[in-house]
Amino acid sequence: MLDKLRKVALRLLQAVPTVFGILVVCFLLTRALPGDPAAYFAGPMADAESIEEVRKTLGLDKPLPMQFVTYVGDLVQGDLGMAISTGQPVMSELASRLPASLELTLGALLLSFLIAVPLGVLAATRPNTWVDHICRFLVTAGVSLPTFFTGLALMYVFYYLLGWAPAPMGRLDMMHLPPESVTGFLTIDAIIAGEWEVLGAALAQLALPLITLALFTLAPIARMTRASMLQTLGSDFVRTARAAGLSGRRVLITYAFRNALLPVVTTLGMVFSFVLGANVLVEKVFAWPGIGSFAVEALVVSDYAAVQGFVLSMALLFVALNLLIDVIYTLIDPRVGEEA
Amino acid sequence: MNRRDFLKGATSLSVGASVLPLFKILPASAASQETAVVVIGGTINSLDIHRSGTNRSSYQVAINCYDRLVSFGTKQMPDGSLSYDYDNVQPELAESWEISDDGTVMTFRIHEDATFWDGKPVTAHDVKWSLDRAVSLGGFPTVQMKAGRLSSPEQFEVVDDRTFRITLPFPSKLALPDLATPIPIIINSEVAKANATDDDPWATEYLHRNPAGSGAYKVARWDAGQQLVYERNDKWVGGEIPGYQRVIVREVPAQSTRRALIERGSVSASHNIPNKDAKELASKPGVKVVSTPIENCIYSLCTNLDFEPFKDKRVRQAVAWSIPYQKIFEQAAYEQGMPMWGGTDTVDKINWPQKSPYDLNIEKAKALMAEAGYENGFDVPLSFNLSHADWAEPAALLIQQGLADIGIRATIEKIPGANWRTVALVDKKLPLHLENFGGWLNTPDYYFYWAYIKGNLFNSYNYDNPEMARLVDDTLDMAMDHPDYAPNVKRMIELAFEDIPRIPLWQPTLNVAFNESVEGYEYWFHRQMDIRALEPA
Repeated sequence: MLDKLRKVALRLLQAVPTVFGILVVCFLLTRALPGDPAAYFAGPMADAESIEEVRKTLGLDKPLPMQFVTYVGDLVQGDLGMAISTGQPVMSELASRLPASLELTLGALLLSFLIAVPLGVLAATRPNTWVDHICRFLVTAGVSLPTFFTGLALMYVFYYLLGWAPAPMGRLDMMHLPPESVTGFLTIDAIIAGEWEVLGAALAQLALPLITLALFTLAPIARMTRASMLQTLGSDFVRTARAAGLSGRRVLITYAFRNALLPVVTTLGMVFSFVLGANVLVEKVFAWPGIGSFAVEALVVSDYAAVQGFVLSMALLFVALNLLIDVIYTLIDPRVGEEA
Repeated sequence: MNRRDFLKGATSLSVGASVLPLFKILPASAASQETAVVVIGGTINSLDIHRSGTNRSSYQVAINCYDRLVSFGTKQMPDGSLSYDYDNVQPELAESWEISDDGTVMTFRIHEDATFWDGKPVTAHDVKWSLDRAVSLGGFPTVQMKAGRLSSPEQFEVVDDRTFRITLPFPSKLALPDLATPIPIIINSEVAKANATDDDPWATEYLHRNPAGSGAYKVARWDAGQQLVYERNDKWVGGEIPGYQRVIVREVPAQSTRRALIERGSVSASHNIPNKDAKELASKPGVKVVSTPIENCIYSLCTNLDFEPFKDKRVRQAVAWSIPYQKIFEQAAYEQGMPMWGGTDTVDKINWPQKSPYDLNIEKAKALMAEAGYENGFDVPLSFNLSHADWAEPAALLIQQGLADIGIRATIEKIPGANWRTVALVDKKLPLHLENFGGWLNTPDYYFYWAYIKGNLFNSYNYDNPEMARLVDDTLDMAMDHPDYAPNVKRMIELAFEDIPRIPLWQPTLNVAFNESVEGYEYWFHRQMDIRALEPA
């Protein structure tokens, strides 16, 4: 156990240079962006003099190394600077927007995992039957439909034509006030506060964007489950287990499925990272106040502090995610289990 | 602000028990008699218009939450819609004012009953503090104040609690209208001073989040990046009490989503919709579209005089004769707006903008090119701002075709919004580009000042003509009934068309879509929603 803890600590330490490297690269890259933020933020009638003033207030008149030192110094104190494009401290923007994006992303992943894994397993055990065809159809649809298109199509049908879905105006309609923020996840906060009506409203707002994203993430997970399931089913140890007379169910779940799950978890990690990117368009379509739309808007106007804060938080998120996946690996991998 | 604080706050704002049940019946919000929901595409990034970095969408807070000394009246447009009236300055906080005979001293009498939201009477001290702030903070507010010849705190004087005096260096017709722009807002100086620090003497950090005004609406709630909730101030004296108790402004970035919301009737209004939607929505039942030509704003093609061939006036004229104006108006503007081509050969009116004498005439254009020695044409990049792609892209493609007919080979260059200001307006180095300037103060000479004087921001084409410079200098502060005024403006327009550095295409419109349950909308030059005029139908 101690050994495992030491391993985890070592992994965490390894992340430090990575994060620092990301900081430096991101700092330099944002400075290399075209466009002068001072000119942009000085406003519509600004003359050269007022642009200079804005440059000074933004600290952009100082040489680059100085700016970097100031940036890291502020960072150490937990200050990520001010996002001018939204007028809020980057820290509070991230704190309010990251949960919104995560709620969407994790919800979509959970939904697609719950559908894709059984579907993949079924498709692998019954190749070329109707289950396999459904799986193939969903996978093709999922990868070939861009998220904004799916989002708009779903909105058109379920909001515009049928009127089943609520108005796509963010995380909560105007009738309800958000519950007291504990986790930042509206659904969980509503449960904590015991406000079931708010929970229902939040879930209703969540439904369409969630389905949009889930359809998108379904494809790689289902495909990977099917492929790795097929592989393990055809492998020697499954054949041996069958030959030894173990029940089909036991062979499928204990032997084949547990082994097949490993690459699926890896895929899940990868899918998570690119879904956070794909989020951007879904967030725009559904007016979702998430981190993706924030970052894109910041990038468009060269809002340095916001972009840097976004990249840093993403870097930390992925370091944590990789760690988490390693831990899950040790939990589900039968071989690792034997060692412990 | 959490839920409990909000409700507590709402109660103390004397909204009383009505808040809770109201929120329960809000789903049919669009039809509500008390609440209007407006969707916008941008994001509100500050509640203080003076703060550096405050964006255009945020200007609405200055209009709806703060008073100025004066405002503009209302006039009816030819199509029956309402617009502000530049020629009719009206009282807002000042119940009356006098201007000395020499035109340099303006004395304002502040409304007796005017109070800030916290109950403190509005005094001349507040007015002075606020105007001092506008001219001292630098950046946009200071530039805009300067346009009205207001540049130093020494010009502002408190005579007594209710009397305030402004002294101008010389008389100017721009001073009074400039006081009615969104910039010279009157702030509760006691609240602001109590929250100022040594580093921040003008309380920009505090007022950024906490407006302190005397205006028609208070901010009940601001969820940055999501929504702004306005709550009516029933003690407002600056004008008629607004029709809605509460107005919710929601940020919905996707245009298609905004359109679905207004078509379904989920919201009361969608502000600033594209031309295509304006045209299509106008025929849908249950939706009203109000399109108002944006005052003195012209979408133009600009030819930079630093680029060798465009130094020759004849080449610029040839370009102006080679543009398929009508096609552009149909395909880029969806016929929303006013054509700005095909006018008469001589200038006989002084209204601005007016039609240029140019039209599509390839023969004439070719002849001019040959005369200038460019019969074989030349290569030039044609640039536009990517943020304006909705109209600029189709326009650029059609212009490219027109130019090809006279031998000019244009390559289209899209420039990201963040970069545009720097390369187009500050560095002024784009040889051929699409631009759209419209001034807040609606006189032709003000437009010519910003767009035709060497070095000024919107002269992105380095036009420099000593006659124009002299005319603008003479006219800018001159009263409009001065005998020289009309001849001067006429000559400016003649020069602009003759030298044609900026080729007018069309005058755009500001389009707003409404649910049928809302009326009273009034167009304003600042192109933001003035929610004070809205009322349930």
